[in-house]
Amino acid sequence: MKTASTARGRGAGNIVEFLYRYGTLITIFILVAVFGTMTDSFLSGSNIINILRSISIVTIIATGLTVSLSVGGFDLSVGSAASLANAIVISMFVWHGQNMFVGIAVALAFCIVIGLINAFLVTSFNIQDMLMTLATMFVFQGVALTYTKGATISENMIMPNGDFATGLIPDAFSKLGQVPWIIILMLLVVIAVHVFLNYTKHGRYMYMIGGNPEAAKLSGIAVKKYRLIAYLLSALFAGIGGVILGARVMNAEVNAGAPYLMDAVAAAFIGFSVFGAGKPNAFGTFVGAVLIGILSNGLVMLSVPYYAMDIVKGSVLALALAITYYKRKHA
Amino acid sequence: MNQQTSRLEMKKISIAFPGVQALSEVDFMAEGGRAHALIGANGAGKSTLMKVLAGAYDHYTGSIHIDGAEAAIRTPKEAKQYGIQIVYQEVDTALIPNLTVAENIMLERTVHEMKGRQWMNWADVHRSAKAVLERMNIYIPTRKLVSELSLAEKQMVLIARSMATKCRFLVLDEPTAPLSQMETEQLFRLVRLLKSEGVGVIFISHRLPELYEICEDITIMRDGQLVIREAIASVPQQRVVEHMLGAKLDGQFPERTSSPGEICFEARGIVDSGKVNDVSLNIRAGEIVGLAGLVGAGKTELCRALFGASNSAKGEVYLRGRKLRLGSPHVAVRSGLALVPEERRREGVFVDESVASNLTAAVLSRFTSWGTWLSRSKEKQASAQMIASLGIKTPSEGAKVRNLSGGNQQKVAIGKWLLADADVYIFDEPTKGVDVGAKRDIYELVAGLAAQGKCVLYASSELSEILGITDRMYVMYDGEIRKELTTSQTNEEEILLYSTGGMVE
Repeated sequence: MKTASTARGRGAGNIVEFLYRYGTLITIFILVAVFGTMTDSFLSGSNIINILRSISIVTIIATGLTVSLSVGGFDLSVGSAASLANAIVISMFVWHGQNMFVGIAVALAFCIVIGLINAFLVTSFNIQDMLMTLATMFVFQGVALTYTKGATISENMIMPNGDFATGLIPDAFSKLGQVPWIIILMLLVVIAVHVFLNYTKHGRYMYMIGGNPEAAKLSGIAVKKYRLIAYLLSALFAGIGGVILGARVMNAEVNAGAPYLMDAVAAAFIGFSVFGAGKPNAFGTFVGAVLIGILSNGLVMLSVPYYAMDIVKGSVLALALAITYYKRKHA
Repeated sequence: MNQQTSRLEMKKISIAFPGVQALSEVDFMAEGGRAHALIGANGAGKSTLMKVLAGAYDHYTGSIHIDGAEAAIRTPKEAKQYGIQIVYQEVDTALIPNLTVAENIMLERTVHEMKGRQWMNWADVHRSAKAVLERMNIYIPTRKLVSELSLAEKQMVLIARSMATKCRFLVLDEPTAPLSQMETEQLFRLVRLLKSEGVGVIFISHRLPELYEICEDITIMRDGQLVIREAIASVPQQRVVEHMLGAKLDGQFPERTSSPGEICFEARGIVDSGKVNDVSLNIRAGEIVGLAGLVGAGKTELCRALFGASNSAKGEVYLRGRKLRLGSPHVAVRSGLALVPEERRREGVFVDESVASNLTAAVLSRFTSWGTWLSRSKEKQASAQMIASLGIKTPSEGAKVRNLSGGNQQKVAIGKWLLADADVYIFDEPTKGVDVGAKRDIYELVAGLAAQGKCVLYASSELSEILGITDRMYVMYDGEIRKELTTSQTNEEEILLYSTGGMVE
C-alpha cells in the first residue's frame, strides 16, 4: 500500500516535471497543429511572418520587463514608457522636423530618465517594486498625455494655433516598423538580453540578487547598482518598443503603449516555465510572446470574436503560472 | 480571590526527535504566586520542556499534574484550558500587526468564544481590553495599532492577552533579551504583580543577575536532563554556572600550534544602535579570535557591523593599518573581508543556483574573460576543486544548492570565501545546524585558514567550540565586550560567568 502510493507519487512528480519543462512548447505545437488543420492559411509563410511581426513590439517590451524581473523587481511602468517614447519620437518628426537620429535619441534619452527615476524610488524606499512602479506607471502615462495634450500625433495634424503640422516622418524610420526589420530588431533584442543574462557576470549577479538579495549583498555584490541597471534596461527596451510602435503605425495615439503592458507581463511569466527555467529569461519570454501571438492569430482565423480573446489568453497564463508555482512548492 | 496556591508538576517527561533525545525523564515543579527560573546552556532542553507544557507536542511520555490531578495536555488548546499561557521570545509571530491593541488582547476570546454570534461588539472589546491593561497597570491606548508599538509594549500586549483568559501559569521565554534596562524594570513590576495575584511565573533567561532579582526557585537543566531544583537563594551564581556545564569537551577539534603575527585587523568603537555598544577588538595574522556570548548578546550584529552590512553601524575598522570605509559589504569584500553569516539559507547561499554559481559568487570576475564574459570551464574547474577539497557531498557542481544537506550548504557558503582568498574571515555560528562529521570538517577548515596567516573571527554561543578552536576570545554580554580572555588560561565556567553578566566575587 505504502509502496504503491509512493510510486504513484513519483509518477505524478515526473509528469509535473515533464510538463514543467516542455508544457509551453507542447502547447505551442498542439496549437500549431490544431490551427494548421482547421484553417488553410495558418501555416503559410506569410502568416507566420505576420505572427512574428505582430508579437515583435510585445516581445521587446517584455524582454525589458524580464530584466527587471531578474533582479526580483517588477517594472509595471513599461507600458507608459513605451507610450512616452512613441509620443516623443513622432512629435520630434512631426512637430519639430528633426531627423531620424535625433528623434530616436531624444525618445530613448527620456526613457533612460524614467529608468533612473524608477530605480531611485525602488532602491531608496522599502516599497515593493510592483507598487512603486504602479505609481510611476500613472505618472509617466500622465506625462505622455500632457505632452501630447491628449491628442493623437500624426503627419498633417492640426496644431493648436490652427495650422497644419509640417514635419514628415522619415522613410527610413518607417522601415523599422516593417518586415523584415521589425522582426530582425526583435530577435536582436532577445538574443542580446539572453546573452547578457546568461553569459556575462552582470547577468549572473542579477539572477543572484533576484534569488536572494541578502545573500547577494553579503557576497559583496553591488545590489543597488545592479538594480539600477536593471531598471534602466527595462525602461530602455520599453522605449525601443515604443519607438518601433511609432514606426509601425506612423502616429502616436493616446496611451498607445498601455495595452502592451499586460501582454508583456503575461509573456514574461509564461517564460518562467519554458524549459523549466523557473526564473525570468529572455528566451522564455520570446516563447511566451509566440504562444500569445499564435493564440490570437489562430483564434482570429477561426473567427472567434476579438472580445472573447482575453478569456483564452488569461487561461493560458493561469495554466503556465499554476505549473511554475506548483513545481516551486513541490520541488 | 484565589485562596489555595496552584501547583504544577511535570513527571518523567521524555521526548525524542529524529536523531536526538531532547528530554529524558525530566521532572519539573512550579507553584502559583512564585517565579521559577529555568536555566540551561543552549540545547539543554528548556524551551522544549516548556513547549511540552504548552501543548506544542503530542508525542512525549510522562505526565503533567495540576493541583495533584493529571492534566492531559497534548494540544495548545488543552494547555490553555488548564490556564497555561506561554509568551515566546519572538513576539511578532504571535501578534497581528495591523490590528489594534484591543483586538490583539481579546484575540482568543474573539476566536473561541463567538459561537453563534456574527456581529462584533467593538465597544465591549475595547472595554474588556482596557480593563485587563488597567489591572496590570499598563498604559497603552487600546486603539493603537500593534505595528506602532515598541518591542516591550508588544510583550506587554502578549502578557495581557494571556491574562485576558484564564491564566494560572505564565511561561516567559527569554523575555528580557531584547529589552532595555527600563523596560526590564517595567516587566519585573508586572511579574511581581502577577505573582501577588497567585499566578505562577516560569522565567527562562540567560541573565543570572535578573533571575536572582525576580525568582524564588531555580531549575537547572543540561543535555535534556534535570540537574537540580532548589530555592535560588541557596545557590550561588558560580554554582549555577557549574551545573549548567557539566560534561567536558571531546577531542573533535584539530590539533594546532599557532604563532600569531602582527595585529592585522583592528576595530575601534563599533556602535550599532542599541545592539552593539562601543566594541573594540583586534586580530593578529594567523590568529583565531573567538567571540563568545549567549544567543542575543550582539555577536551577529557585531559581525555584520564589521562587514559593513548594517546601515546604522558606526566606528572605525583598520586592515593592516589602512582604514576601511564601513557601510557596504561590496567595499568590505573588495578590501579583503569575508563573512560567513549565521542564517545560511537566508543570507549565505543561493538555493536555486548551482553549487558552482554559489562558489564563484564572491569573485566572479576571476572567472570571466575580458571582464565580462563568463567562462564556464574555469568556473567548473575551480568549483570541482573546491568541492573535492572541502568534501562537499553533491552529485555534481551543477546541482542546485537547495538539494544539499545543511552541512554541505554551509560548506558551500564557506567555500565561496575560500575561493575569494580574503585576509579576514568572520564566521558567525558556522556549525549551527550542522551534523558532527561536517562540524569537524569546518573546524579543520578554520584552522587551515589561520595556518595560512589569515585573521579569523569566530563567533559562537557554543562554549566548547570557542575553547576548542580559538587562541584568544572576547566575551560579549548585552552588546558589549565584557572580558578578553586567553583560551589556554580560561575555562567554560569563567566564560559562561562573563557571558551571563556575572562578576567575579
